[in-house]
Amino acid sequence: MTGTHLGMPAFPAAAPAFPAAAREAVRDEGLRANLRHATHTIRDKRRRAVAELEDWDRLRAAGRAVKDHTLRHLDRYLLQLEEAVTAAGGTVHWAADADEANRIVTDLVRATGEREVVKVKSMATQEIGLNEALEAAGIAAYETDLAELIVQLGHDRPSHILVPAIHRNRAEIRDIFRAEMGGWGRAAPEPLGDDPRELAEAARLHLREKFLRAKVAVSGANFMVAETGTMVVFESEGNGRMCLTLPETLISVVGIEKVVPTFRDLEIFLQTLPRSSTAERMNPYTTMWTGLGPSRGADGDGPSAFHLVLLDNGRTDTLADEVGRQALRCIRCSACLNVCPVYERAGGHAYGSVYPGPIGAILSPQLRGTGSAIDASLPYASTLCGACYEVCPVAIDIPEVLVHLRERVAQGGPVTRGGVRVTLRPADGHTAERAAMRAARLLLDRPGALRAAERLLARARRLAPRRLPGAGRAWTDSRELPTVPAESFRDWWARERSDPR
Amino acid sequence: MRAALFVTCVNDALYPRTGIAVVRLLERLGVAVDFPAAQSCCGQPQYNTGYRYETEPLVRRTARAFAGYPYVVTPSGSCAAMIREHYPRIGRKAAAEGRGGELAEAAASLAPRVYELTEFLVDVLGVTDVGAYFPHTVTYHPSCHGLRGLGLGDRPRRLLAAVKGLDLVELPGAEECCGFGGTFAVKNPDVSTAMGADKIAAAAGTGARVLCGADNSCLAHLDGLLRRADSPIRALHLAEILAATEEEPLP
Repeated sequence: MTGTHLGMPAFPAAAPAFPAAAREAVRDEGLRANLRHATHTIRDKRRRAVAELEDWDRLRAAGRAVKDHTLRHLDRYLLQLEEAVTAAGGTVHWAADADEANRIVTDLVRATGEREVVKVKSMATQEIGLNEALEAAGIAAYETDLAELIVQLGHDRPSHILVPAIHRNRAEIRDIFRAEMGGWGRAAPEPLGDDPRELAEAARLHLREKFLRAKVAVSGANFMVAETGTMVVFESEGNGRMCLTLPETLISVVGIEKVVPTFRDLEIFLQTLPRSSTAERMNPYTTMWTGLGPSRGADGDGPSAFHLVLLDNGRTDTLADEVGRQALRCIRCSACLNVCPVYERAGGHAYGSVYPGPIGAILSPQLRGTGSAIDASLPYASTLCGACYEVCPVAIDIPEVLVHLRERVAQGGPVTRGGVRVTLRPADGHTAERAAMRAARLLLDRPGALRAAERLLARARRLAPRRLPGAGRAWTDSRELPTVPAESFRDWWARERSDPR
Repeated sequence: MRAALFVTCVNDALYPRTGIAVVRLLERLGVAVDFPAAQSCCGQPQYNTGYRYETEPLVRRTARAFAGYPYVVTPSGSCAAMIREHYPRIGRKAAAEGRGGELAEAAASLAPRVYELTEFLVDVLGVTDVGAYFPHTVTYHPSCHGLRGLGLGDRPRRLLAAVKGLDLVELPGAEECCGFGGTFAVKNPDVSTAMGADKIAAAAGTGARVLCGADNSCLAHLDGLLRRADSPIRALHLAEILAATEEEPLP
């Protein structure tokens, strides 16, 4: 046991519902400024990078088609992948849920006799809370992606898929490095300014020590190729490549939806992923590895032991849903976060999950179910403006899935949980809303009654209070109510046209 | 030519002037306008909040009210998108759940006959200069469902640019959502208000005195914020600007 608290606490199951969490973020002027600056910069760059390709729409359609085809035959491609990985000298492990995956990884690390691992940024390991599980087993997990390092040193949580420390500015990062680095390994050089080069150099020195010492690495992957058993990691810094090549043992935890059938399919994503995420024509480092390096006993790069942990954790259940399954097409580019006006104001932490933003709003309630307050509120964390769908490089119709999940929350319906088809009851806390929707429908479905109600409203219009009680307060706290007209359109038409007096 | 007006429930109850403007405008352009009284709400508030079953009777009612009209015109991109994009989806789901194919047929039949006002003017009537006069500085906010759901493109801006006396100024960040989002405005009031505040700040920066849109529900949210802030800018539906002439200016 190192005794060091490794930071980056997992997202609590009892996270507050989105509106309450977002309220805090909206009031944080600094956070909003950081997010606004970062998302607007990258969204403009993305637009230019995408416009360079004349066949973007066809690439997008092709990416969607490859992903849909793979998901439809996922069982077959996963078995093919297992065969190919095994043939290349790797070992495949199947994990049904987070606990099983954490147990497998912990046992694998223990078997090496090591007490620390280096990690390349991995959404899958954050999803399952691997760092906490390793810590509980007395194993220290060091994040090596620069932004992940900032988050980990800051005892913080990631708030963006691609830029986990997007909510932090340079001065905050300098303060974190100064205060925390020494407790974890090589301390930050003194004096340390907030120039990006200085900060990067401090991280480089700190991390190099870890890379050279570590015997075990843990990674995720962006893609897995079924025909060759090749794992693919896209990154910007090269730290991932260090993790994949230096340590003796490599353990990769990868969601089952990351498989693509052939090596050639990567051609599509090599173009669409970098342009969508970092707005670059190509990401600086693309690392592909297949089983063990030539190193098995001889010279060369690559691990001498390779374990692939294939993670389900709700994915098969998601796949069973005809509308919702398209969320599994996601290649984690984060373009939807960067254009989302809600994410920009609410920040990533409000989503209560390692997957924030629009994709998180449809992925988390499917992977985890809609049972908790946060998961039941996520489908409503959107105005349905459609900007996310427009930029998605695999054409996930996020607004469609949001409405589908709202339906699940509001009126219940069939879902698959643990492979079993069950019918969900409507979520708690929607009773008043359900009654209001039903009453509205009853009124709206009777034009005579509607007309009478409009007249009543018109007669009472002088009495309208400036601030409404109850649920209406949410409107009138910040906005004036529309002025009720003396006459509805319906009455005007009747007076003007059908009933001339 | 004859067309039916789908005025929408929000316009009927709260913004009758928009409906009246559409009638005046279309009649000026030689269109005979009908208002089928059996019409009601398109069901979008129910559907978008997750109450699909409560939406079905309204889909049926709307389809029945407009049966037989080759053109159904509505001054709301959002309600037009609801009918065009979601009605067929609701019909298919009802059929898949064993509630007959009747709803699916009605929805599929209505969807292609519904036109948002600017589409009808530009695509069906083939006009961009509707003979309007409005001597003010105007900035235009393209609501999301019209912009991305219907793909209205520059039709509204072309119509506004052709209005005599009107000075059209670009709204920075025009394509960003205003934060209304139906029940989002009350379910997530803080984020909604923050988005709207940024939108009205952008409008104020243009120097325009009129913030124009083609969806009164988005405008109700923005107008509510503008009035709370005692802003000199007023929110106005595009139809009212297009209906205004030198002889009959906007009241």
